[in-house]
This record gives sequence, C-alpha cells and structure tokens, in this order.
Amino acid sequence: MQFSEQPDATSVIDHPIECEAPNDQLSNESLVGSNIKYLIVGLLFGIVFVKAEIISWYRIQEMFRLHAFHMYGVIGTAVVVGMISVWLIKRLQLKTLQGETVVFHKKVFHWGNVIGGSIFGLGWAITGACPGPLFAQIGSGFLVVVVTLVSAIAGTFVYGLLQRKLPH
Amino acid sequence: MLETLKQPWPWYVAGVLIGLTVPTLLLLGNKHFGISSSLRHICAACLPTKIPFFQYDWKKEVWNLYFVGGVLLGGVIASQFLSNPDPVVVSASTIADLQALNIETDHELMPASIFTFKNLFTLKGLVFFIVGGFMVGFGTRYAGGCTSGHSIMGLSNLQWPSLIATCCFMAGGFFMVHVIFPWLFTIL
Repeated sequence: MQFSEQPDATSVIDHPIECEAPNDQLSNESLVGSNIKYLIVGLLFGIVFVKAEIISWYRIQEMFRLHAFHMYGVIGTAVVVGMISVWLIKRLQLKTLQGETVVFHKKVFHWGNVIGGSIFGLGWAITGACPGPLFAQIGSGFLVVVVTLVSAIAGTFVYGLLQRKLPH
Repeated sequence: MLETLKQPWPWYVAGVLIGLTVPTLLLLGNKHFGISSSLRHICAACLPTKIPFFQYDWKKEVWNLYFVGGVLLGGVIASQFLSNPDPVVVSASTIADLQALNIETDHELMPASIFTFKNLFTLKGLVFFIVGGFMVGFGTRYAGGCTSGHSIMGLSNLQWPSLIATCCFMAGGFFMVHVIFPWLFTIL
C-alpha cells in the first residue's frame, strides 16, 4: 500500500481507524476551491438517485420482495461499469488530474462485515434508504428524514464509542 | 428533451451513471467512493470527543461532505425542475403485500402515511425514523461501508469482504421485510 503519508501512530488501534472511503491525494487541497468538483459530482449523482427512484421506499420494498428487477438492474450495472473502470485504470495506469498514481486498498475481512452488514440491511428495509438516498430524500422535500439522518449519525457515533468492545 | 428527463430513468441509465462515479472520483483526485463515511466525518467535525475512532484529520476527508451536500442539492434540483408529473408506478404484487400490512400505496416516492412529521412522536415514527436510522448509521460503520463503499466500490475492486457485506445487507433486508414486518405491523 502506498498510503504512508500520515504518521504511523494510528496503527496502534487494531481495527479500522483509517477512513474506509479515503482521500489518497498527496498534493495539497484547499478547503473550498479544490472540493467544489465533488459537490458537482454529488449533485449529478443525487439527480440520478431521484430520477431513477432509488430513493423511493417502494422501490426498496419491491427489491426485498423480488417484485421488480429495477434495483437489481441499477446495482448490477453499476458494479459491472465500476469493475471495468477499475480494471481499465489499473491496466492503462491512468493518473489522477494531479498526475498521481491511483491508489487502491485491500479490504480486510472482519466480523463487522457480517454483523454490521446485517444490521444495516435490517435498517435499509425499514427506512428505504442507504446513507446516500437519505441525503437525496431530504433534498427532495421529505424533511422528516432529517430525523432519520440524525439518528444514523447517532448510530455511527455509538459505533465509535463501542468499537473496541464489539467483535470484529 | 426535458420531457424525457422528467420521466423515471431506466435502470441501465442509472446503473451506468452510478458506476461511472467510481472512476470519476478516483481520477478527479484519488477519492474512494463511499457515502456512509460522511456520517463519521460529521461526528468527527461536530462532536468534541476523545473517542479514538473520531480522532483524525476530518478536513482531509472534507470532499466526502461536499459530495453528500451535492447529493442533497441534486435532490432539490431533481424534485423542483425534473419532477415526474405522473404517479410513481409500483408493482401490483408489492401494492398487495403492503395492503396486507395496512400500508396504502399513494404513488409518491415515499408513502406519506409513514414519512410525515405527524408520526414523529408515535411508535411508528420511533421505528421508521429513530430505530431505522440508527441501524443504518451503526450497521454501515460496523460493516465498514454501505451500498456505495462495499457493494459498488468494493465489488468494483474485487474485494471479497465487500461481497460478504453485500450479501449480509441483502439478507438483513429480506429478513426485515419477510419475517419482522408481518409481526411489526400488527403492533404499529
């Protein structure tokens, strides 16, 4: 792994202290200017979420009841396109806009993948939203979802609190 | 053109665009697609705490907060300017199943009988907003990612722990809908 920019002090903590969706850019970024492009990507992404009705509670119900192909089609296509893209980036050794090598991380299995994953699945079926659609639902005017989002933030906080006591 | 955009987008269009988010973020600046991490950054940024899990330089990860801010704005734009004038189509079998749980399908994106402020201080609100939201936030972080970080980014990079996580997401959802819902809606 080429990710060694930060001091190693964090490695004392055994389980994922590092960010799981990390920023591996080495060159400096300004707090606002460099990040506007991610706002724009997010904005387009949010429009897709709403227009393909991925944020719909009904679509999630259909998925878990095997009554519609829609969500399987969306996720399946996204995975295939993502796989081909990652393969191409590795194969052609594409560089980032800053001319840096694209960094990939290995994910190490831990029991949280199973236990936490199942807990998330249970919650997904109730709320009809994974974290991304939560934001898009709020933007679409379902303002009560702010409460769901705050509760999700609380859930993340409680995980941080209990992390060392939970089986991994 | 605008009329076409206002119609619901088919799965293959959405799938391709969502899949392309992976290389876009990587090539724009070595960013790894994963949305649930934003919840952690919010904790790290807003809550003063000594918990080691939140002791890191969240400003370095601030792109993720811009991204979810964009998702929210995208929701505003899509619902204000690109909203579908027709009722949301829901499969007949799902309508029937929901009917059995006493949920009326209203052909909006979200059932108004559940997702309303009126329910906030009821048992239904407790389950759908508080418990559900908590499980999403706790579960994704414990799992190390959500549908974006594991199911799309992780699988794109052929990471088998992500495949296991994805199977567990689905298993949890099936269990909730088929085993817990029938019981749950008898008390709600």
